[in-house]
Amino acid sequence: MPRREDLQTIMVIGSGPIVIGQACEFDYSGTQACKALKALGYRVVLINSNPATIMTDPEVADATYVEPLSVRFAEQVIAREKPDAVLPTVGGQTGLNLAMALAEQGVLERYGVELIGAKPEAIEVGEDRAKFKEAMEDIGYSCPRAGTAETLQEAEEILKDVGLPAIIRPSYTLGGTGGGVAYNLEEFRTIVAHGLDLSPTRQVLVEESVLGWKEFELEVMRDLADNVIIICSIENFDPMGIHTGDSITVAPAQTLTDVEYQRLRDMSLRIIRRVGVETGGSNIQFAINPKDGEVRIIEMNPRVSRSSALASKATGFPIAKIAAQLAVGLRLDEISNDITQVTPASFEPTLDYVVVKVPRWNFEKFPEAKRNLGTSMKSVGEVMGIGRTFSEALLKAISSLEGGYPSATDFTDSQLAAALSIASPDRMAAVFECLRRGVDPSEVQRSTGIDRWFLGELAEIVAVEQQLQGRFLDGVSDEELRRAKQTGIPDAHLALILNCTEADVVERRKAGGIEPTFKRVDTCAAEFESFTPYLYSTYEEEDEAGESDSDRVIILGNGPNRIGQGLEFDYACCHAAFTVRKAGLTAVMLNNNPETVSTDYDTSDKLYFEPISKEHVQAVIDREQPLGVILQFGGQTPLKLSHRIGPVLGTSPDAIDICEDRDRFNELAQRLGIRQPEGALATTVEEAREAAGRIGFPLLVRPSYVLGGRAMRICYSSQEFESALGEALEASEGNPLLLDRYLEGAVEYDVDALCDGEDVYIAGIMEHVEEAGIHSGDSTAVLPAVLLSEENRKEMVEATTKMALALGVIGVVNLQFAIHDDVPYVFEVNPRASRTVPFVSKATGVPVASLATRLVLGEKLADMEQELKNKGAGYYFVKAPVFPWARFPGSDVVLGPEMRSTGEVMGVGRSFGEAYAKSQIAAGLNFPEDGGVFLSIRDRDKTELEDIARSLHSLGYKLWATTGTHAALEEMNIPSQHVFKVNEGRPNIVDQIKNGAIKLMINTPSGKKGLLDELAMRLAGLRYGTPCITTMSGGRAAISAIESLRSGDVEVVKLQELQ
Amino acid sequence: MGGILLLQDGRSFSGESFGANATSVGEVVFNTSMTGYQEVLTDPSYCEQIVTMTVPHVGNYGVNDEDVESSKPQVAAFIARSFSRTYSNFRAEDGLDRYLRRSGIPGLHCIDTRALVRHIRDKGAMKAVVSTDGTPLATLQQMLLDWPGMEGRDLAHVVSTPEPYVFSEGEPSQKQVHVLDGGVKQNILRLFASTGAGVKVFPANTPAELLKDGADLVFLSNGPGDPAALPSMVGEVKKLVGQVPLVGICLGHQLLGLALGADTFKLRFGHRGGNHPVRDLDTGRVEITSQNHGFCVDAAGIEKAGGRVTHINLNDQTLEGFVHEDLGLMAVQFHPEAAPGPRDSQHLLLERFLAFAETNRKET
Ligand SMILES: Nc1ncnc2c1ncn2[C@@H]1O[C@H](COP(=O)(O)OP(=O)(O)O)[C@@H](O)[C@H]1O
Ligand SMILES: Nc1ncnc2c1ncn2[C@@H]1O[C@H](COP(=O)(O)OP(=O)(O)O)[C@@H](O)[C@H]1O
Ligand SMILES: [Mg+2]
Ligand SMILES: [Mg+2]
Repeated sequence: MPRREDLQTIMVIGSGPIVIGQACEFDYSGTQACKALKALGYRVVLINSNPATIMTDPEVADATYVEPLSVRFAEQVIAREKPDAVLPTVGGQTGLNLAMALAEQGVLERYGVELIGAKPEAIEVGEDRAKFKEAMEDIGYSCPRAGTAETLQEAEEILKDVGLPAIIRPSYTLGGTGGGVAYNLEEFRTIVAHGLDLSPTRQVLVEESVLGWKEFELEVMRDLADNVIIICSIENFDPMGIHTGDSITVAPAQTLTDVEYQRLRDMSLRIIRRVGVETGGSNIQFAINPKDGEVRIIEMNPRVSRSSALASKATGFPIAKIAAQLAVGLRLDEISNDITQVTPASFEPTLDYVVVKVPRWNFEKFPEAKRNLGTSMKSVGEVMGIGRTFSEALLKAISSLEGGYPSATDFTDSQLAAALSIASPDRMAAVFECLRRGVDPSEVQRSTGIDRWFLGELAEIVAVEQQLQGRFLDGVSDEELRRAKQTGIPDAHLALILNCTEADVVERRKAGGIEPTFKRVDTCAAEFESFTPYLYSTYEEEDEAGESDSDRVIILGNGPNRIGQGLEFDYACCHAAFTVRKAGLTAVMLNNNPETVSTDYDTSDKLYFEPISKEHVQAVIDREQPLGVILQFGGQTPLKLSHRIGPVLGTSPDAIDICEDRDRFNELAQRLGIRQPEGALATTVEEAREAAGRIGFPLLVRPSYVLGGRAMRICYSSQEFESALGEALEASEGNPLLLDRYLEGAVEYDVDALCDGEDVYIAGIMEHVEEAGIHSGDSTAVLPAVLLSEENRKEMVEATTKMALALGVIGVVNLQFAIHDDVPYVFEVNPRASRTVPFVSKATGVPVASLATRLVLGEKLADMEQELKNKGAGYYFVKAPVFPWARFPGSDVVLGPEMRSTGEVMGVGRSFGEAYAKSQIAAGLNFPEDGGVFLSIRDRDKTELEDIARSLHSLGYKLWATTGTHAALEEMNIPSQHVFKVNEGRPNIVDQIKNGAIKLMINTPSGKKGLLDELAMRLAGLRYGTPCITTMSGGRAAISAIESLRSGDVEVVKLQELQ
Repeated sequence: MGGILLLQDGRSFSGESFGANATSVGEVVFNTSMTGYQEVLTDPSYCEQIVTMTVPHVGNYGVNDEDVESSKPQVAAFIARSFSRTYSNFRAEDGLDRYLRRSGIPGLHCIDTRALVRHIRDKGAMKAVVSTDGTPLATLQQMLLDWPGMEGRDLAHVVSTPEPYVFSEGEPSQKQVHVLDGGVKQNILRLFASTGAGVKVFPANTPAELLKDGADLVFLSNGPGDPAALPSMVGEVKKLVGQVPLVGICLGHQLLGLALGADTFKLRFGHRGGNHPVRDLDTGRVEITSQNHGFCVDAAGIEKAGGRVTHINLNDQTLEGFVHEDLGLMAVQFHPEAAPGPRDSQHLLLERFLAFAETNRKET
């Protein structure tokens, strides 16, 4: 069947902000889908609230709407664009849910829009666990026994059948949010109650446990002619009970015989047919009892998923792209395999390497939450290692995590035993440590459920290590060294165990001719020639990197997503690659994050899927002999290498050093006459006290050399200072403490600028809604600035210009300012692309990352006049963060100097209120139309109370307030109802939240950590979906948003319309 | 212990050994299946071949008594990137190392198998020798010179059953299938038998008369070697054409092609793996098939003889199956019995072949 001719316009739904369980894999899949549909000649309409995506770049789709993914806004887009069809399967769970809502609410029917890829009936069978189970039984397959409960009593009834331990899963939540494993009745009741609260349908599934069974996933594709193929099999290193998103996973499956594998394959084929997914990709999860091979089906996702992105990168088979082509009627055998060019896509990829995915967690940001892993996903990112063996792939993945070699030497035996039996991010290190201490693999198998085969491979790694441990480098034979490298042990670790430097190891290796070779990922195990240099390193004979026709430029990516360094940086790296390509040079991408667009072999001319470490980057440099390496787009990860590799293109390593070195930076700022908050460095308690006395309070205390505001504290008094001191000194591990005057109530600004060494262009000045002190990544920001005076604007522009020129920035630079008492101060300078680059690019239409790349390649700003024109004039753009609170039960929702948001959305409007309203709706906050608003404001903020309270009152909300706030309101003659705090009596604020009397909370925390009743109240809000605003400026912005929503003229904006 | 693979064109690969300490000569080929090394090892079609698995790890799940395609490993030697001593599977009865050692088969790992595959892909399947017992290089070179190679080799008679035997009595009401064994895979027999059919297996040199006697369907099996080297078998098959419904797989497909007067030719490096897309021209569907063949039938010859092409390989458009309705014969080049590989085409063995026997029943 050729492409469908009856369709002209197709709407693609994106997945919205990055959240745990739904990350940039959907930018990858959505971008592929849009490009594929466009290439087939369709007009593509896109809706996605996430501005940091490649897919929302104006050239990817024909009509792009960065708008909230809700029925209201999607309907507006449909009304304007009149799509013939909607493709719901490339935008994750969010895309699927929105499409279902559009179907259920009759929107699709009203506008005559067809769902392609998956029909509502199929989506329902795939997504509704009860229906899915029924369907499976229908075809003779079994799922774990289970029942759906709407009350605790019903749940306990089901428990009688399934028994303990039991798995509890709230219906319709993403990535297992709120679910868990109950080992006793008490736990059971807690989890069920919590789960009922979290489920939008107030249902939980209570399920028989198959903890400890082996977990597998198959990626399946089907076309309209009913051809079905398996793209990839994935085996979980961690057994059932640890979410696949939190598991180390391996492709292809390693411990299945052909009989067992074919059984899963046959089942997958029947399942996709029974569920009725007509075209596209699906993911099916299986559990297998290691004792007798019994199989249970866990779930199916009738759409492309995190695993399908991984499978695409693991095999070279672009699942999302092909899914889009299938959705419009093409058959698998009509599509050709990009890599071989001569064979069709109707085949099953075969791997002659092993791929290992390892998750990246950020538990340190949520100290109140437990570090345990379970059925609810907690990781924020992942890396993939490719090697010719499992051990090589695993160790490369671990290197890609940037967290050092797995080791737990300081654990006692009993600590080790605990770390083995309770899954946590430390488990891998604990397993290695046990094997090093000679614990029998079968014992490790018993306490972890990890398959013997994997442990056998780990034991081999340990054997290789131990053979070298403590010897002299000179005494190690070439053979032994080669073996260690083939096993995947990094040079840095060899240096450690051989007691020499990494440079010594490298020298010794080269002397022995032990150097990496590069192999291709080609879908076919070399059976056919490959035309796409998608490469990984290994220590073998033959090298396939191939030669290029033009000079090479290497772009270093940003590695795994983590809080503070995510999709925004991948966005910039992709643009760097596109631009290098356009310049007629060979773009060489080096990255290891399988979720991303940057690791699509289509993005660059050559892709090296490698750890971003000195060793691996150097190997690629040696092989490619590039013009240079571009570091400035991958966040901190490549910057850390700036002194160890070269040549660096763009801003010099020395300039980077100045920005990182406090003393050098202070000196420069002083020389340039740029104001900084008064500050000091201190290494001892005495020094710190002395500095505190000099600077005064409030005071910002933080360790140096940490990222994303780690362990940063604001102290208002010497008591608070004393208590913060110990913790901060400890966290800084011998590095000096940074003490700064805390600019209270200051308005913070982010400035992104381009510089070619002679001229500076200010790309954007973003104003934070929340005051300084709340991490810039966690702040809501607006462009253009609303409060900024012309004078201060000039001063910031001037400071930015001077700074960029003085540093000799070539490319992009980011400065953070705060205006305190009408005076601008600079906080820091980042000589690299910032998190806000994609937002600025979307808001102004100026392709910042791409222009920065051209500057790096030697072009001048003077020649770019046309491209530097701001196309966003007349609109406001608001960027709002999204937080993972629900994933980390127990953590407070209060914002502070430590960044904790995982992603962002953008709202665009003719007024600030409209843009802000959209941004908040997109971030999941729903402003109530009426009902109660609760106010509990700390004393410091009471001066600002009147404005807010009066506005809310005149908007018709009923005000509730705690004692102090209530008294203040009485004085202002604003009516409010008093309500108890948690410890004061009943009914208290939490009761009122539960009763639904309170629809919105504005609570500015009194600052001290110990105020449990405040915490309880905010957590209740979180649990019952009552939004909680924790800053006064946020409160004010909310009011302008509500006013704008009431006025009714909230309209969707097409990015391509901006001029 | 070290081991070496020496190729006919002088290229060699040194690695580590597993399995038996031995030296073994054969044609070096590669297989791209990611699972099923035990089925591969025991497939008689790999007789006198040195099989390289492209999947890096072998040995992972050990070996068992069930997943065998004949009574013993048949390959000349076995090569992979990495052999795992640790194995893990609830059905495993032994490790791969001992399994190969018991059969005297050398294994070689820790070599750049991808480089080897690319070499075979570019230069074609070729003569090679694997040695893990320290045999001097000169001897290995001599062995290569002495070994006759695949072309023109009649190996079907080497691996065939010496005596006829009944694999399955079958139900009286069901068809009787007579299998001409040129190296038949057990799963073909198992699948026929699972339908209730009676299955009787005959040696490769069985005359047509005997084969035909009492058969509702004569099945020509898969097997090793060069089909063009089997003139006597082709002669017997010719006698059967039109007399009894005839179906074939792989070597059987080639024999039927030759019997119709078509030619066979050697593919540069063969099709061996579990991911080959084949279009069934009758249904339009694409099936992912298991394949193992180095020779191929020329489609033009089939059409000239009045046959109809039913299956083609979508990777290289070669012939994968044909039918001659008037003469009552049909065959496929790939392996519908899978083992190892996808079972998309098992319906051929379970239904279509037997239905074909029914529609082409000869009144006698
Ligand atoms: N019955 C069960 N027993 C033990 N573990 C389970 C069971 N069901 C699911 N799990 C674990 O929980 C994880 C999440 O379950 P899954 O059904 O895949 O939900 P999600 O939609 O979050 O991916 C699985 O990856 C698996 O490890
Ligand atoms: N002197 C200060 N006064 C008030 N707030 C500050 C001050 N210094 C830093 N901050 C706040 O802390 C946040 C994080 O500090 P920053 O230096 O940007 O660290 P990071 O390197 O983690 O981005 C800033 O976004 C700002 O809101
Ligand atoms: Mg899942
Ligand atoms: Mg799911």
